Order: sequence, then structure tokens, then C-alpha cells
Amino acid sequence: MSKSEQSKAKAPLLEVKGLETSFSIEGKDYNAVDGVSFTVDRGKVVGIVGESGCGKSVMSLSVMQLLPKGIGKIRNGEVLFDGEEIQSFNEKQMNQIRGKDMAMIFQEPMTSLNPVFTIGYQIEEVLHNHFKLSKKEARNKSVQLLSAVGIPRAAKIVDEYPHQLSGGMRQRVMIAMAIACQPKLLIADEPTTALDVTVQAQILELLKDIQTKNDMGIVLITHDLGVVAESCDEVIVMYAGKIVEKTDVESLFTKPKHPYTKLMMGSIPRLEEDTEKLETIKGIVPSLTKMPQVGCRFANRCPKAMPECTEITPQLEENEQGHEVACLLYETSHPKEGVLG
Amino acid sequence: MLKYALRRILGMIPMLLLISIVAFFLALAMPGDSFSGEIDPNNTDPEYIEEMREKLGYNDPIHEQYFRWVSNFVQGDFGKSTKYQIPVKDLILQRLPNTVMLGVMAMFFTYIFAFSMGIYAGRHPHTKMDHFIGGFNYFLLAIPSYIAGVFAIYFFSFQLGWVPFSGSVDIAVESGTLDYWLSRFYHALMPSLILGALGTATYTQFLRNDIIDNSQKDYVRTARAKGTADSKIYNSHILRNSIIPIVTFLGFDIVQIVNGALITEAIFTYPGLGQLFLTSVNAQDYPTLMTLFVMFSFLVLLGNLIADLLYGIVDPRIRVD
Ligand SMILES: Nc1ncnc2c1ncn2[C@@H]1O[C@H](COP(=O)(O)OP(=O)(O)OP(=O)(O)O)[C@@H](O)[C@H]1O
Ligand SMILES: [Mg+2]
Repeated sequence: MSKSEQSKAKAPLLEVKGLETSFSIEGKDYNAVDGVSFTVDRGKVVGIVGESGCGKSVMSLSVMQLLPKGIGKIRNGEVLFDGEEIQSFNEKQMNQIRGKDMAMIFQEPMTSLNPVFTIGYQIEEVLHNHFKLSKKEARNKSVQLLSAVGIPRAAKIVDEYPHQLSGGMRQRVMIAMAIACQPKLLIADEPTTALDVTVQAQILELLKDIQTKNDMGIVLITHDLGVVAESCDEVIVMYAGKIVEKTDVESLFTKPKHPYTKLMMGSIPRLEEDTEKLETIKGIVPSLTKMPQVGCRFANRCPKAMPECTEITPQLEENEQGHEVACLLYETSHPKEGVLG
Repeated sequence: MLKYALRRILGMIPMLLLISIVAFFLALAMPGDSFSGEIDPNNTDPEYIEEMREKLGYNDPIHEQYFRWVSNFVQGDFGKSTKYQIPVKDLILQRLPNTVMLGVMAMFFTYIFAFSMGIYAGRHPHTKMDHFIGGFNYFLLAIPSYIAGVFAIYFFSFQLGWVPFSGSVDIAVESGTLDYWLSRFYHALMPSLILGALGTATYTQFLRNDIIDNSQKDYVRTARAKGTADSKIYNSHILRNSIIPIVTFLGFDIVQIVNGALITEAIFTYPGLGQLFLTSVNAQDYPTLMTLFVMFSFLVLLGNLIADLLYGIVDPRIRVD
């Protein structure tokens, strides 16, 4: 093993440092992901939770370099994959690792397949992109993959078109496509939302299976804290483009720190609300153009907000061993040396 | 598919009947009849004319005339051209190959131009070249075919002498030889280029916009996530989707070609059906006119049928059975 390979093996699978991704809206750039850092180790499942619009999908698209061209761009930060800085890769270099070493399951199963190609063709495409395979081998492999994700009559489905399949089926096809080349990293953006509960469990089981077999790292994006508890090792809680809490799954559930996390878990009962609506948080994530630039972005919705919350930007720092939080309730989140903003 | 096609063809019958009624009454409503202009009323015995009218059935009740015409028509007897004094069938058979050749070549040029420009512009939107293509196409759209035709004849035939300015074939060449076909191709070249180029604009801009639309679709992102090269994404994933609406234009296209042929053939004195139609109007040659009218309408119906069937082939979401 050469030296560089050694350092490669030691480096975490995915390391994101200070990632800032912006969208250009009416000529101005707004950060949808604002200084996000985290790592994913081989064989680990990192969950990302947060309300709709908090930047989970944009963050994953940034890692894959699949942002809409001309509108979205990575403004700052580094993405290290397998020890290599990939944010400076060109399209051709990215194409060599996309689909093969890093794969993604998209949130939109209904529209993510090309309507004019058969299911088989679309799975075989990723195989042909990265391996030398005969048509027949690729066909057999795609039937295998379809059965593996629990599609009945896989041999028949390969010749069908996306519109002939239900949303859940299409989601499984997307999963089959993503795992076809046994990637080192799988980003799964709400892979189970289109599926019913029993199928959800099957799919998660399946993902875990492949993961342990191949030592694959998974980024699992979900709204569902049950899914997090079930399948993640570490959890990142995002709010409005920033990470507000980051810890292992156990401490998240036993001692959540950020008020936002607590609200999401419904652990703060509020008198003025009826008990049924416990988990819902009043208000919505601010839109990109209305994002407060100073202070805590959650302040206007936070039941524990203090006057300084709109003036001092909380820092994401370790508060307890392995448990990071960004909230002024914790001394660690106050900026050092009295630096404001 | 076959069943669907058959059903559609049967469904065309009522339309054709309607068309035949329109054709018949249009001919009736037009001033004069086949005698006007052909016979000098001052030198012919009016009783003789009356006798001939009686003999030819012009005095029969209208519905009888209509049914006679239709029943002859479906048996392939289109009557006799009053101008050329030969069966309309022969007349049309003489001209048809010329128009088909002109139409097919024009369509071919349209597709070549539209696809090369549309695909380029769609893949590189908002670049200088895209703006140039857009401008060029609006220019093509704006010039009427008769002006383009006259200019083309002036430059390429009179000034440069590259191509002939009239006719469909050299008289000197022997029919059926290679030279003969080359000569025909050569004669059809300029009219079809003009006809084809003028039909390009809508296709090009449509294709461009559709490609841009499609390039923002989720399935393109999926293909990129699989590591598929950009060129393949455009030439296979996107184009395959963008062809679908283009195909539905085909029916419309045949109408365009028929329309265009009317004018283009007249300018280039190209002996096709369009030119025949115009001379027949001038000569009040009703048997020929009615036949052409029915034929053109039939072509339009056929074009739509072909477009529908092709639609079912290129778009898997539409399975006709
Ligand atoms: N193409 C785009 N152009 C402009 N803004 C965008 C675009 N895509 C996303 N955004 C904005 O970026 C922010 C983050 O969106 P993102 O899709 O990442 O949210 P999310 O956390 O994935 O939400 P969900 O749970 O609904 O999937 C939102 O404010 C959204 O409006
Ligand atoms: Mg999302």
C-alpha cells in the first residue's frame, strides 16, 4: 500500500467542511446551506433531520455536484470524498465516481425516472457506465437488483416503463439503481416517504443489509424520527441551512439539547396547544431571501428565546463529549472573545 | 396497433363523405361550368350546348349528379379533365411523383436544418450562437415563400447558373435512366430547399425550448447521478423525449407541404399537383379541381393518422390498442 493510499484509508469516507451553497434569486445569491460541516465514516449511517425547506436536499445535491446548473453553486467550503477534494472535480471526473462510488436516491420517485426508457434500460445504464458488461450480463444483474429491492415479477418489470409502476415501486427502482454498483457512499433523500409502513421497514432493512455487507456509509435524510431511532448511528439536526445539533443517536433521544430538537420530538408540552398537535412547531422555516443574517435563525419560533438570541449568532460547539449544539442556552455556543455576529 | 389503425381508417370514412359533399357543392357554387371558356357561345348552336348538357347529365337532379360522381370516384374514375381532355387520373398520376418528390425532399431539409440548429441551441441556450440561430429563424419565418423563391431564382439560376429555374426534368434525358433521376433531383433541389428552409423556424425554436425544458427535469438529474456523460444525456435521454411533440407536427406538416407546394410550384413552374390545382382553377376544370380537393383533404387526414400512430410508437405512455 502506497503512502497516499494509506492516508486515504484512514480518512473518513465523506468529510464536508464549511459548505456554503447558494441559489441565485433575481440576481442575488442566497445561501441555502450555510456553513455546514460533518463527516460520515465507512459503515455508518448518519441521519439528517429537519423541517421542510431547511436545506437537506440542497446539502446532498452539493455533495453529489448535482445542483441545478446556472442557478445553484457551491460558494465556499470543501467536500472530501475518500480523502480526495472533489469540489474542484470537473464533470468528467465526477461522472467517474457518481453512480459508482457515491450514489443518491432522490426524494421525487415519480419524476426521477425517464418516462421513455424501460426500467431495465435505466438500471443497466449505470452498470454500463462503470463496468464492462455484456448486454445479457447487465440484464441479469438488473433483474437480480430488482428482486433484491423486493419487486415481484422482476423479470417482467425490467421491460416495463415507469408510468406502469406505482410510486413505491418506482422508489424501489431508484434504490436498485443506486445500489447497483455497490457504492461506498449512499445518500438517501427520504427513501421511504412514498412507501407504506411495512414496506418502509423492508427497505430500511435492505439498506442496512447492503451497508453491513459492503461497509457502505449512508446519509439518511428523513422527517421521521422513528426511522432515525431505528437505523442511524449519528444524527444531524438542521434548521434553515445550518446544523443546530449533532450527536449520536442515543444521546439525541435521551438528552436532546436544542429547543428545536426538543420541539421536534414533542418533548416540550405547551399549555396553549392541544395535546394532539404536540409535535408541530408554530411558524415556518424562513425563505432564503428573508433569512436573518445575525442571531439564531430559530429565535422567532423558539419558546425559550432570549433577547440576545436575535443579536448573537450561536456557534455549533461540543457541549458534552460528542454532542454538539448551537444554542445560546449553552455557554459553549457563545462566541469566543466576545465576538459578535 | 393494427386494430387501432384500422379503426382510425374506418373512422375517416364519414369525414371523407363530408369532404366529398363540400367538394361537390363548392364546384357547383363556382361561377360557370366546364363549357364556359371552352366553347365560344357566339359560334355554337345553343341547342347543341343544351343537348350536350343533357347528355353529360348536367341537368339531372343534384343528388343524382352527386351520387354518380361519388360512385365513379370510389371506383377510380375521376372524370375527364375539361382542360387537358385526358382522364383526371392520368393527369394526376403524371404530376403526383413530382409533388411527392418535392414534399419529401422539403421535409428532409426541414428536419436536417431544424434538428441541427434546434439541438445545438437547446444545449447551449443564451449563447451568441443560440441568439444567432433564433434571429435567423425569425428571419426565415418572416419572408414569404414567393419572395424567397424569386430571389433564389434570380441569384442561383440567373446569376450563378447553378440550378434550373423551371420544370421538373431535362427533356433530353431518357426516362428511367440514372441521368433522368439525377435530373429530377436537380430540378427539385432549389424549390425543396426553399420550401424546407421556410418550414424550419417553428421546428427549430420548438425543439430548442423543449430541450431546455427537459434538461431541467428530475430524470436528467438521475442520469447525471448515475455518471452518464452530458453528451449522452442530451442526445439520448433528452432528445428521445423532445421528439415526441415534434412527431405530432407531422400531420400539420403535410398540410404545410401541400400549401407550400401551391406557391412554390407556381414560382418555379414545377409541374406538380400544386401547379395543376392553380391552372385548374383558372380553367374552371371542375373534375380535376374536385379530385385534387378530395386528395388534399385526404392527405391531411392521413397525415394526422400517421402522426397519431407514430405518437403511440415514440411515447410509451400512449399505448394504442
Ligand atoms: N432550485 C432552487 N432554486 C431556488 N431555491 C431553491 C432551489 N432548490 C431549493 N431551494 C431553496 O433552498 C432551501 C432548502 O431547500 P431543500 O430542498 O434543501 O429543503 P429540504 O430540507 O430538502 O426540504 P424537504 O424536507 O421539503 O425536502 C429552501 O428554502 C428552498 O426554497
Ligand atoms: Mg428535500
